[in-house]
Amino acid sequence: MTALNHSAPAPVNAERRTLSDLAQRRIIIVCFLVLPVGLLTVFSFYPAARLVYLSFMDWDGFSPVMDFVGFANYVEILYWDPELLAPLLNSFYYFFGSLIQLGLALWFAIILNQKLPGGDLFKVLLFLPFVLNQVASAFVFRVFFQVDGGLDSFLSLIGLDALSQPWLMDKDVVPWSLVGASVWRYLGFNLVVFYGALQSIPSDLYEAATIDGANEWQKFRFITLPAIKLMIMLQALLALVGSLEVFEIPLLITGGANGTKTFVMATVEQAFQFQSYGIASAMAVLLLIMVFAFLLVQRTVSQEKAL
Amino acid sequence: MSRSNRTLSQRLDKWRQQQTPISLFWFLFKYATLLVGAAAVLVPPYAVVVSSFKTLEEYQASGAMTAPDNWLHFDNYVTVFQQGNLGLAFLNTGLILAATLVIVAIMGTMVAYVVSRFEFRGRSLILFAYIIAMVVPYVTTQVATFEIIRGLGLINNKLSVILLYSGVDVVTIYIYLQFVRNIPIELDEAAIMEGAGYFTIYRKLIFPLLWPATATVIILNSIMVYNDFYLPFLYLTDESQRTVSTVLYGFTNLFGTNYAEISAGIVMIIIPSLILFFVMQRQIFSGITHGSVKG
Repeated sequence: MTALNHSAPAPVNAERRTLSDLAQRRIIIVCFLVLPVGLLTVFSFYPAARLVYLSFMDWDGFSPVMDFVGFANYVEILYWDPELLAPLLNSFYYFFGSLIQLGLALWFAIILNQKLPGGDLFKVLLFLPFVLNQVASAFVFRVFFQVDGGLDSFLSLIGLDALSQPWLMDKDVVPWSLVGASVWRYLGFNLVVFYGALQSIPSDLYEAATIDGANEWQKFRFITLPAIKLMIMLQALLALVGSLEVFEIPLLITGGANGTKTFVMATVEQAFQFQSYGIASAMAVLLLIMVFAFLLVQRTVSQEKAL
Repeated sequence: MSRSNRTLSQRLDKWRQQQTPISLFWFLFKYATLLVGAAAVLVPPYAVVVSSFKTLEEYQASGAMTAPDNWLHFDNYVTVFQQGNLGLAFLNTGLILAATLVIVAIMGTMVAYVVSRFEFRGRSLILFAYIIAMVVPYVTTQVATFEIIRGLGLINNKLSVILLYSGVDVVTIYIYLQFVRNIPIELDEAAIMEGAGYFTIYRKLIFPLLWPATATVIILNSIMVYNDFYLPFLYLTDESQRTVSTVLYGFTNLFGTNYAEISAGIVMIIIPSLILFFVMQRQIFSGITHGSVKG
């Protein structure tokens, strides 16, 4: 966030700062900000505040009356009905998967940064899934994971028939199938972010290290890693937050069947299917609290590093 | 000619000198991982492409990775396009996209201009607000947003998703801010000397000079809008308002488990993204690199 703390340019031509100039400035500031800030308020901050309010209510989403119930919704989620929190456990699969994803993305970014012949082609290919339509890419895996579908056929082509599984039916297998689809889709994004960070490391550092006789591991350990450590930590944190918010992939591939429901899916289900807006809002607020807690940790950590 | 030959042979010599068995092993290992990665990316969509050219009987009888009998069997595509109402879906998505892009470009440049060129109370608060808005999980807040959209009477009105897409987009603001800071303030001053007002400076100077940033913003937002599923799923439920995402989602009801036809639908919806990506990859990569250098 340091990037934003730039100082404003010096006031334009101080002599001309007549009253009308000041008025003009005020007008342009207000005119240019009223709409963007208005939209931000109406569609982002008001709903967030409204969520907090609704989380203390018992409401079906339609009736004009809502009853104030205090912390009852939170007590229900955290104490009486552990079923509501259970989907949160699915986040562990995605978090684990995203750590593998970050590792792979870093590996690919590093070797692509070494200017291998044909490297750009691989960069484009690995990034490709990220630009595809969410439903289309999820449905690719819906087809791919069918019994005797693409994956099973591919495994038998390379002589690994034995690994065939009911990829979307078996409760123990399906979380990993979905994590695989998620890694497939998002790895390229991390790759490009890491690649951009690597590009900003001056290449004469590596040349100097080569002259000094450093091997590849030493170059990675003492040049690359320190330079992109913060970026790695930031991506890991976003991965953590992202794994709490997983939604589209399980919704579109399994519809939440076979225990693949996530916390966000459970939240919107409470609101839009069970008409329990109070419970849904309280769940949304809990998610918000978790997300902000992690981001706070990130801020503290990155500020310590900056010192 | 001779010059390039010389450098090539020099490079080859240098390369040979550097090659030890170990570095050759690493070189091959790196390529091997890249090839495995590329295969992992391509195999799942390949199965879909292959299926899309098969008849249902052929799909059920043949292996999912085997090539179709006839690569020019387009029946599935025709069926899906007609029965699935894909034409209308592309039109709806196109309209939403066009409106969103116009609003995002205008509002993004306005915010960037005001925030970068003027000192005023609450300026840093605005940037902070955009950052906070980004981290609020947008799916769960729909529980409350739904009420607002319903209150505004915008259910089944494209304006609902257009407003939601253009309202909260911190990446756009970031990209514009980085670019607007590179426009020298002297240009503003010179324009003022010539008697231009602030709005003229924005319209005639800042907005045109920000065009490279706008190109990036347009592409990133196009990907975002074209790919989004949940907002149209929630707010544009009427048959006539379906977007590409929701129409494809409906295919599981429409075509059941006819995965040959569903595959044709998937391919048709992926094609525009592929075209955009291959034409605009440079802007996409630079946009992501710019938009992500924050924290």
